Amino acid sequence: MAENTAGKTAEKIHDVRLEVNGVTHAVAVPARRLLSDALRQECGLTGTHVGCEHGVCGACTVLVDGRPVRSCLMFAVSAVGSEITTVEGLAEPDGSLNPVQQAFRECHGLQCGFCTPGFLTTVTAGIKENPCPTHDEAREMVAGNLCRCTGYQNIVKAVERAAEIARGDAPAAAPPEGDDGGLEAATGDAEVARDDDASTTGLGA
Amino acid sequence: MSTKLMGEAVQRVEDDRLVRGGGQYVDDIDLGALHLAVVRSPHAHARIRSIDVDAVLDIEGVHAVWTYDDLDGAMAEPLPLLIPHPTLTHGRTQYALARDEVNYVGEAIAIVVADDRYVAEDAVGRVVVDFELLPAVVGVEAARAAENLVHDDVPGNIAARSVQQNGDAEAGIKAAPHSLSLDFDIERSACMPMEGRGVTARWDTANGRLQVWTSTQTSTGVRAAVAAKLGLDLLQVDVITPDVGGGFGVKINHPWPEELLVSLAAQRLGRPVKFTEDRREHFISSAHERAQLHHVDVGFDDEGRLLGLDVRFWHDHGAYTPYGLIVPINASTQLVGPYKTGPYRVTFDSLYTNTVIVTPYRGAGRPQGCFVMERTMDAIAAYLGKDRADVREVNLIQPDEFPYDHGLVFQDGRETIYDSGDFPTMLQKIKTLVSWDDFESYRAEMAAQGRRVGIGLAAYVEGTGAGPYEGAHVNIESSGKVKVATGLTSQGQGHQTAFAQIVADELGVPFEDVEITTGDTRRMAYAVGTFASRAAVMSGSAIHLAAKRAKEKVLRLASDALEADPEDLQIVDGVVSVKGSPGTSISLGTVAVLSNPLRYAFDEASKAATQFSVGDASKPPVAEDDEPGLEGKDFYSPVRSTFASGMHAVIVETDPDTAEITILKYAVVHDCGTVINPMIVEGQIHGGVAQGIGGALYEKMAYDESGQLLNASFMDFLMPYVTEVPDSIDIDHLETPSPLNPLGIKGAGEAGVIPGSAAIAAAIEDAEGLPITAMPISPSELFELRAQHAVATTTPEETR
Repeated sequence: MAENTAGKTAEKIHDVRLEVNGVTHAVAVPARRLLSDALRQECGLTGTHVGCEHGVCGACTVLVDGRPVRSCLMFAVSAVGSEITTVEGLAEPDGSLNPVQQAFRECHGLQCGFCTPGFLTTVTAGIKENPCPTHDEAREMVAGNLCRCTGYQNIVKAVERAAEIARGDAPAAAPPEGDDGGLEAATGDAEVARDDDASTTGLGA
Repeated sequence: MSTKLMGEAVQRVEDDRLVRGGGQYVDDIDLGALHLAVVRSPHAHARIRSIDVDAVLDIEGVHAVWTYDDLDGAMAEPLPLLIPHPTLTHGRTQYALARDEVNYVGEAIAIVVADDRYVAEDAVGRVVVDFELLPAVVGVEAARAAENLVHDDVPGNIAARSVQQNGDAEAGIKAAPHSLSLDFDIERSACMPMEGRGVTARWDTANGRLQVWTSTQTSTGVRAAVAAKLGLDLLQVDVITPDVGGGFGVKINHPWPEELLVSLAAQRLGRPVKFTEDRREHFISSAHERAQLHHVDVGFDDEGRLLGLDVRFWHDHGAYTPYGLIVPINASTQLVGPYKTGPYRVTFDSLYTNTVIVTPYRGAGRPQGCFVMERTMDAIAAYLGKDRADVREVNLIQPDEFPYDHGLVFQDGRETIYDSGDFPTMLQKIKTLVSWDDFESYRAEMAAQGRRVGIGLAAYVEGTGAGPYEGAHVNIESSGKVKVATGLTSQGQGHQTAFAQIVADELGVPFEDVEITTGDTRRMAYAVGTFASRAAVMSGSAIHLAAKRAKEKVLRLASDALEADPEDLQIVDGVVSVKGSPGTSISLGTVAVLSNPLRYAFDEASKAATQFSVGDASKPPVAEDDEPGLEGKDFYSPVRSTFASGMHAVIVETDPDTAEITILKYAVVHDCGTVINPMIVEGQIHGGVAQGIGGALYEKMAYDESGQLLNASFMDFLMPYVTEVPDSIDIDHLETPSPLNPLGIKGAGEAGVIPGSAAIAAAIEDAEGLPITAMPISPSELFELRAQHAVATTTPEETR
């Protein structure tokens, strides 16, 4: 048995601020620390899961300035100055589930739940960008994420259902977290849906 | 709630937590733990000459580095051989850390414990191991040839040779009007849960107590193994299974070296320690499955009726045999499917190779058995020029033939006796679902567009719910809430939901008031584990029985309180009332208060239970044959497994130029007995089908001849994305309840994966008109097969 007593070669530590889900986290990390690890360990936000650590599975997907990013492919120090949203930050301000979270639950779009945070962040950004995905577009939206439990059948249903919920419920569709620029399309469609009092598809907008 | 929840698609209670990122997977548990990382063998077969750890000590943040020499007592002995079997004459298991030899790339050699994983991995990179390389045995053929041995003391690389027979198969084949000899090959794949293995442990020095959180399929198994290896009493060890990010079989094997080493490190260092497997480690140090070569001799009559079946196969179990022979036994006994095989003999050799160990992966040998049987059925149909469904039909066990005894010993040591089923109806259903009889016109229609399509069919029977037992404890609190514990674990099957449905129905309480705990030895110390599609059958039955016991006590106490006959009482929405007289009632919570005579009141409700308030002063507060509390505990232990069944049909399109294979339609008929929650069952089928498609078309373990796994990453191991699974999976159910358990349940967890390769191979064969005998198959392999076939068809009488 050998136990270490005196340290040598210490790593340089960077004191940085990460903006995560609207909260500032002051963390001290070496330059090589992955954003995924910093979120999980330094910020204590363990909802972001690590499935492969080489950007293939998508489980660790978070939103960086609203865009889906594999947090295992980004260093924590590189995220300084960006707004990061993790799965913990997806719920509405009143604590209710966002449309994507609701839909995954409703459609049995998750089983073990390990890959789920990556799907939720990806689809949250996806339906913001494309509020009326066709069936093929719904499949395409999740085509970069791996799930080993569901066979994707109910995940695709959940994507379509999430878009439906988002369109039918304007407050839920337009979380006030970000700047308005990217939300115009979503908000517009949501209003159409509300005017029609429609809860499902068939939007003319 | 008065309506029954059994059979209802109740929304999962797990999900609110999970979609908020509130799951607690093992790596999420924050105890400020040190991180353990493992030095793994880069060679498939080598002797260890020496290990130099000096360079590690210069790294800041390293707390310990240990090799085999740092282990003692039971920790220095080989890992347990979990399932000994009489025919496993040469079983071998590895050491927690390799002693003097490594037998696969990835085998654990040393560990480092450090402040964090980054530092621990830095240190791992500085451990220098001097190896003497030995020749590697890779693949079934090399193992069988035995020019080199994996273990010096295991002749022929054979760990076990098993023969089972029911009748004289050889004579049956000889006497049959027709016979065929066939060869089939299935390659390696693996479970690949999205969460790898992981373990965290904390040693409480003051109390001499170890707590272990591990991503396992058996918390009680890990507890027993850790206690034995660390020399602790069972009651000193708690094993808690938190949320598990998928298992599919690989997490039933235990104890993994890391489960022991993390526990030992926590104890020795007096600090919490954790290990989280990374993806490459999962590929090279967890378990694989599936690889087998098979030879079939079959005799049959003009209708395709089996008259004799003689199967010989060679199973690649990797470098060690910790999980015994479960996989090849499943393959050999479940091969028979829904058919009357006539005289049947099956012989297998379980062989060592210098590759990752083999333990059950969803299906656990059944996909291989199904592939062999169903490809044989198709070969018979082709030989006779008959419809493939018709050949199956004449061989089916009939509904009036249950219980049907195959005369084989199953993987649980019990008889392979089918309990119930309706295979002819199932065949009709799958034919209807896939429009089997209309396929030729569809084929012609597609051919007119220059497109090539084929259809295939495969049937299976799956022994589910193997023993020995599971138990459950039901506790009704004075709040009226019902807390239930069962010992087996959950990996995404929605146990907290399905089991709560059973309890709500039996006790007459609101579903929301039921809380299920699984896989925590503090709550239920007696349990076996989650494997063999057994959770619903075993724990579902145990929970039902335990709830029944709790209900008996509720009614007994309520009948005293309400001065009514227990027969006249009902429980609806958590309130016991006299039937027809709803005003005469008492809530379950109040019954719970009454069940526990108190000396000390702590709130308004408990005042009613103090000794001055209740009870006959002339009797003991707790009767001699009674106990305080409103609880029920029971165990379910069946004499043998139940047998679920199903049939899948697939339509594929193959590109005439590129040989690309596309699934156009996937249909499933499924019989898992009584369905608790159809939404969950269908989800299980979807997932199984996707894994079946992965195994048929994409996934394999690409070992080179030196035993290096060339595709040990998600970049190269082609697990299906949504783009690789069909757009819809058509499912039809059949329910033939099992007579073996109170709810009539059969298992559903593994079913979806079993017939995938068989059905898809059949469809490709049908599209291409050339025999498909090896799976998985890639477009380039199909392209190559076409070329070979074009040459081969110039010489007639080719064997298939």
